[in-house]
Amino acid sequence: MRRLIPYPLMMASLLLMWLLLAGFTVGQFIVGIGVALLAGQGLAALHPASPRLRRWDLIPKLIGIVLYDIVLSNIEVVKIIVTGDRRGRRAGFVNIPLELRDPIGLAILSVIVTSTPGTAWMDYDSSRSTVLLHVLDLVDEEAWVDTIKDRYEFLLREIFE
Amino acid sequence: MSATILLWSVTIAQGALALAMCFALIRMMRGPRAQDRVLALDTLYLNSMLMLLSFGIRTGNDMYFEASLIISVLGFVSTGALAKFLMRGEVIE
Amino acid sequence: MSHAADLPVWVAVLVSAFLLLGAFLTLVGSIGFYRFKSFYERIHAPTLGTSWGTASIVISSMILFTVLQSRPVFHEILIGIFVTVTTPVTLMLLGRATLYRDRSEGNPGVPPMDAPLSGRRDTERR
Repeated sequence: MRRLIPYPLMMASLLLMWLLLAGFTVGQFIVGIGVALLAGQGLAALHPASPRLRRWDLIPKLIGIVLYDIVLSNIEVVKIIVTGDRRGRRAGFVNIPLELRDPIGLAILSVIVTSTPGTAWMDYDSSRSTVLLHVLDLVDEEAWVDTIKDRYEFLLREIFE
Repeated sequence: MSATILLWSVTIAQGALALAMCFALIRMMRGPRAQDRVLALDTLYLNSMLMLLSFGIRTGNDMYFEASLIISVLGFVSTGALAKFLMRGEVIE
Repeated sequence: MSHAADLPVWVAVLVSAFLLLGAFLTLVGSIGFYRFKSFYERIHAPTLGTSWGTASIVISSMILFTVLQSRPVFHEILIGIFVTVTTPVTLMLLGRATLYRDRSEGNPGVPPMDAPLSGRRDTERR
């Protein structure tokens, strides 16, 4: 079983994508399973790291928090663009040390940070494990560090480590 | 009634998207540096993908979805390749 | 617009609302992209279009086709997922390329490789 289905999560999402594109019929389901099995064997030859999820139950909470923050920061950035360059705003870089080491957790953190308008993930230094962010509205630097560390990194560490 | 509502909103939305494409195009011509042009190209890809989706809503035709999926894939690959080139091209100089 | 003739009015209103919201978020993102002064500020503007701009237009398309074909149509969500997953990759690659170029040219306003850690402001870009 382990050899036939090396990456169950990836293969299930591949099957779902196949069904979404080709239509939910029995025939496409069988073809999709064949494609997923073949792709799984191909992926096994590459030996990617399989994610180890410790806390499934926290994933909906993370998604909810991220969607809420994306809506809020969309409104913030729209305000900044529409009202023009006010004097008070300054953009700048923040260098944040991270405790998160899991590569998939870091990838998800980068997706969260970049998807949220107003923050952009610039560079990750793996030897010092620090991340360089660019923030559009850097009013309170400590607040941004706290947001990244307490809101996202804490949850990601709970889920992955 | 609903056809009129939809027609007007799709027309306004397509006008807004076309205007967005114009802004991206002006930034692409102005630059000032290569990375600005690459980012403008990425924005242009995104806007044209959304434009195709709105054409799908306008005509009720499902085929536009596939075109916009392909455009988003192409945009990702080309922007990634150009960004890589910006890094590597400087190393050789 | 013959396909929309026998559409319920509330569906048309819902589809229009999401479509207009997405289109205007994308437009504001592009305007910001045009108006911001430095590249590092400009990199934030297109994320308006890639986050709620795309999501909103995708939702409106899903609602319309679900009602039109009177069966659940979800395949547009693939575009949303794809854009969400790929945008950070391209923006990160571009950001790193720009940092590299600025550092190798010695431009001001760019943090050095061993920039001090959080708490202090490294640079002020304006």
